[in-house]
Formats: sequence, C-alpha cells, structure tokens
Amino acid sequence: MKPFTQHTGLVAPLDRANVDTDAIIPKQFLKSIKRAGFGPNAFDEWRYLDRGEPGQDCSTRPLNPDFVLNQPRYQGASILLARENFGCGSSREHAPWALEDFGFRAIIAPSFADIFYNNCFKNGLLPIVLPAETVDRLFRETAAAEGYRLAVDLAAQTVTTPAGESFAFQVDAERKHRLMNGLDDIGITLTHVDTIRAYEDRRRRETPWLFQ
Amino acid sequence: MKPRTLYDKLWDAHVVHVEPDGTALLYIDRHLVHEVTSPQAFDGLRLAGRQPWRTTSVLAVPDHNVPTTDRDRGIADPVSRLQVETLDANCKEFRLTEFRMDDPRQGIVHVIGPEQGFTQPGMTLVCGDSHTSTHGAFGALAFGIGTSEVEHVLATQCLWQKKSKTMLVKVEGELGRGVTAKDIVLAIIGRIGTAGGTGYAIEFGGSAIRALSMEGRMTVCNMAIEAGARAGMVAVDEKTVAYLRGRPGAPVGAMWDQAADYWRTMVTDPGAQFDAVVELDAAAIMPQVTWGTSPEMVVPVSGRVPDPAEAPSAVKQGDWERALQYMGLAAHTPINEIGVDKVFIGSCTNSRIEDLREAAAVAQWGLQHGRKVAANVRLAMVVPGSGLVKAQAEAEGLDRVFREAGFEWRDPGCSMCLAMNADRLEPGERCASTSNRNFEGRQGQGGRTHLVSPAMAAAAAMFGHFVDVRSLS
Ligand code: SF4
Repeated sequence: MKPFTQHTGLVAPLDRANVDTDAIIPKQFLKSIKRAGFGPNAFDEWRYLDRGEPGQDCSTRPLNPDFVLNQPRYQGASILLARENFGCGSSREHAPWALEDFGFRAIIAPSFADIFYNNCFKNGLLPIVLPAETVDRLFRETAAAEGYRLAVDLAAQTVTTPAGESFAFQVDAERKHRLMNGLDDIGITLTHVDTIRAYEDRRRRETPWLFQ
Repeated sequence: MKPRTLYDKLWDAHVVHVEPDGTALLYIDRHLVHEVTSPQAFDGLRLAGRQPWRTTSVLAVPDHNVPTTDRDRGIADPVSRLQVETLDANCKEFRLTEFRMDDPRQGIVHVIGPEQGFTQPGMTLVCGDSHTSTHGAFGALAFGIGTSEVEHVLATQCLWQKKSKTMLVKVEGELGRGVTAKDIVLAIIGRIGTAGGTGYAIEFGGSAIRALSMEGRMTVCNMAIEAGARAGMVAVDEKTVAYLRGRPGAPVGAMWDQAADYWRTMVTDPGAQFDAVVELDAAAIMPQVTWGTSPEMVVPVSGRVPDPAEAPSAVKQGDWERALQYMGLAAHTPINEIGVDKVFIGSCTNSRIEDLREAAAVAQWGLQHGRKVAANVRLAMVVPGSGLVKAQAEAEGLDRVFREAGFEWRDPGCSMCLAMNADRLEPGERCASTSNRNFEGRQGQGGRTHLVSPAMAAAAAMFGHFVDVRSLS
C-alpha cells in the first residue's frame, strides 16, 4: 500500500448527500477479477452519456458535460469534497479502488459510511471527516476560486486552505500509523500468531461446536 | 459483573488482542464467500504464498452472477462466467467448501448460511458483502467487509476492529394485519435515516420483534446496513434454538445441549446501557413504499410522494428534487396511483419460504377474484433465495399458484436485486421490488425501484399499480 503522509492537491466538489458505492462504481464493473483499472469507470453512469460495459475503451465515450468531474477546471483533482454519508451501500472495495485509480488521495465529507471508510484505509486513500459547516465553507470556497487547492497533513491531522487557515480532523492512532507507513495489515496480524493460537485453543475447549 | 448488551458479550468473547488506541484484533468464527468480492483476495493469498488459516470456517457460493433460467446451459456472459469459474478454481485450490451453481443447496449467500445451520448464535460471521448483517438475527455479530479484509480473514482468521456504539431499536406492540417485517425495517429507516445507524451496532428488540419468525428477523437485520449500521442483531430465544435444531451445520447429541445453553446467554442483560434508544409503535406501522433513490425516502402506501419544498434542509431538498426527477414522479402523487412495469420478488431480504408464502397468498387471492398479473406489467418474477427454498415452495405448490397467476418462477440467485446477471430493468422502467436498495441504476441503468414487502409486491403485480394489501379481503 502507498503510504500517505502529506498531500496538496486540486479540490473537486461533488455536491450531493448519500453518494452510494453503486454510483461510485456500477455493478457491471464488479465482474472484473482484477484489482486495478477501475478509474476510467469511476462514477460511470454520471460521467458518460452512454452505457458503460467492462473492457471498453473509455477514451472515446461521450462525456456528460454536466457532471462536475468532467469540467475543465477540475481536471487533475486529487481531493474530493463530498456530502454526508459518502460511500453508503455495498461493501465493494472496488469503490476505493476506482477513486484511487482515478487519482484521488483524500476525500473530505461530514460523514462516511462505515465499510467504505474502513476500505479506504486499506488502499492508501484518506477519508477526512470535518464538521458540516466547515465542509459547507469548503464547497463555497472551491466554487469561488478556480484552481482551489487544499493541503492535507496526516501527521498533524490538519487540512489547510490556500489562505492558510487550518482545520483539525480526528483519525484513530492505529489507522494513522499504518497509513503513514504503508503497512500491510496481514503482516502485522501475523506477528500475533501465538496469541491467536492461544485464543483458539481456549475456545476449542469452551465452545467445541464452533470448530466442528 | 456489570450488565452487558448482546453486542458487548459478542465483542468480549472474540477479542484476541487490543492495541493501545482500543483497536482490537477480533477472532472470526465463520466466513461466507461469494464470487464478486473474493477473486482479488485469493490472488493476494497466492502472491504472498499464504494458505487459509482454517478451511472449515469458510463456505463459498456463487450467487450474484448466476442465471435464473436455463441454468444447465451455463452462463452466457463470458465475464460473469469467468468470475464464477474463478471462484470454483479458488475453492478447489484452497480446499474450501463451495456449493457450486449446479448444487441443489446453491443460493444467495445470506439465505444459505442460516439454512445450513452454518450461522449460529454467539458467533462472529463475516462476508465480503454488506448484507451480512442478516445473520445477526441469530444473536451473532455479523457484518460486511471489503476484499482486503476477506483476504485478511482467510489468512489470519481475525480482523482489526474498533468497537461500535450500541443502539437499541425497540418495536413494541402488535403489527396490523398485512404488515410485515419489511414494513417494520422500512419504517425504522424512514425514522432514523440512512445514516442514522452509522457507527452503531443495532439491536432490534421489543415485543413486535420477538413475535417475528426467524425469517422476519432476518429481513429486519438484513436492512440494518441500509440504516447505516454495519451490524444488526436480535437476542436469542427459543425460536432461534428451534430453527437451528436438525440443520446440517448444527451440533448434535451432548454438544447440542452444551451449545444451546450457551446460545441462550446471547441476550442483553437487564439494566445494560445502550448509547442510543429508538422506540417505534408497531400498531402505527403501515405497509411501506419507497418513492425515491434512498431507502429513507419512504412513506406509507396510503401516503403521497412528498414535496421537496417541504424537505427539512436545503441539502435534502436538492436530494429530493433529484430523486423525483430520476424516478419520474411528481410531488403529491398518491402512492397507489403509481403504476409498475416489472415486479421482482426475491433477494436476501425477502426470498425465504415465508416471504414466498406471503406473496403466493396474495396471488391466490387474485386468482379467486378473477385477477392475474396485470396487463401493463411486463414481467413479474419470483426468484427463490436458494435451491432448498425453491424445492420447499414447489412441495407446497406455491410455484403453481405463481405460474397460474402469471408470474415467472425462476432459479435461485441475487438476480434483479442488483442486475449483475441477465435480469434487469431497462431505462425508465418502474419496479415493485422486495429487495433492499433503490439506488439509481441498482436494478439496471435508468431503472426505477420501489421497495416493498412480498405481499405488497404481489399485490402491485395483480393490479398493475401499488395497492394497500390490507384492502384485499
Ligand atoms: S440479493 Fe442483493 S443485496 Fe442480497 S447479496 Fe445478492 S445482490 Fe446483495
């Protein structure tokens, strides 16, 4: 996993609540057995005017000019500004894969759906929760200034505006540590093998039917 | 000892190790696997040269991509076929139990787990699928995970988790005639919203929940995720124990007694504290119909499509306007004047035998009153949740009632719940569906979904528009 320490990037605003994972990556692309290459199909139904199919060359498809990520001023955006309950719906990790592959490194919203939030950390994508009023303000500032960029510092747990104003955000210490160092969860867990085995032995005695 | 909630008990029993910030390594007893969220996890294992930690904890089944007709001819779509074949090959390589597409026990992953007695009280159970919350109906801690976590559980039998807050949703009183578990859970989501349960594990309690069958409790827990909660659960009682008796995965002999005694402790202690409590009056719940593109956009069947001008906030107003536009509906339209093009009875929410009985009863009523599936309904399909549900329904003659009334009787799978196979809505088509999500494009690009109970879906099929099932007598 790519470590995340600091990132400064162009902000793109997606102004709707409850953006679900079906919208982030529609189901037909879930048929892929690979982990990469979902970026061109991120937000497929909103982004293109035709119906997307897996394996298609997306560079020649008709773009929906009304979709915010298609606007010239947001090309190259790497920070997504979103509304409440972002990433609700299915557990598909294809959603963070698609956003990461599209070029996003961080997502700022007043709230995220649990599974999606969790999946982001496994893929070097930082979900940042800021109060709804702050997010509101960032939406206004993004709209007002073309080329609006934010600086995210995971170590300091801050988001800083071009005017130099900083907003603090919360993140679990353990998640932060793993993301900053790009650590692989399985590797960490396997350092606890003896503890897991001891737990299993005890449970096998106490609740033997679980191990039938 | 301090009184504990059911969630506390499940959590405490599975903690293997805790980090200083409270992040815990949780032991996972059972792991369900399907074809969509697992290929990359198996690839990860192979790349790292790892083996599954405990193969007997895993049960795999293809369900999302399988066809619901002419199954003996295989899967026509080559991309879908490859995904199912990849699951077959991975299960073979890693020696995991799989019910393949041609197995009579094949079905939707959340239907077969309980049906096989693979799901049991007091367990932790995960699956790379958000509706894993279904299994909480058995007094288990069950939740959906992403593909990285699927790989993690396969490799280590554990997961890193932060403890959730707890919420009690108490539904007291008696449900009216024709009102079902689906209506309860839609009413709950209508009340607390799709993010209302975010960060919580919800326990459903109260006399109306205890009065539900295991099937009904599964329907309620299934949609806990639609309220934002990763896990939903119901305390164990004698119904839970009775349901498990004699199932293939259930213990037998002396071990059965030992297990059942343990299961009966899977209840919230009197006096235990929840972080939040929500109360609903069962008698006030009416049959529900969603009108928008989020499950919280729901009203009673006697209601009307709401007016965005009356939305509680500016953001919601925008959402409602977009939803009405997508759904092709005008504000103030009475729900019972909305016509449907297709009807889907199935999905892990409502495809168990009891759901099919409820729907068949309405179809039977129609036949007795000279009605069949209405002419404006292009397709009304019934997709049983598993091969065993299908066989039981056929033994009870439900398939004949459905067929005679004009429904199609299909083979088990996820089908038009998410339209990864050939079953889908065309752009603009409107569907009465017993599934759990009415998101844009969920049942096919441009498709319009209204979530309802099985009885309400069957009634919509017979009349061609929504009707209050309570008016059929
Ligand atoms: S029936 Fe629908 S919700 Fe349930 S597992 Fe299948 S696709 Fe998911």
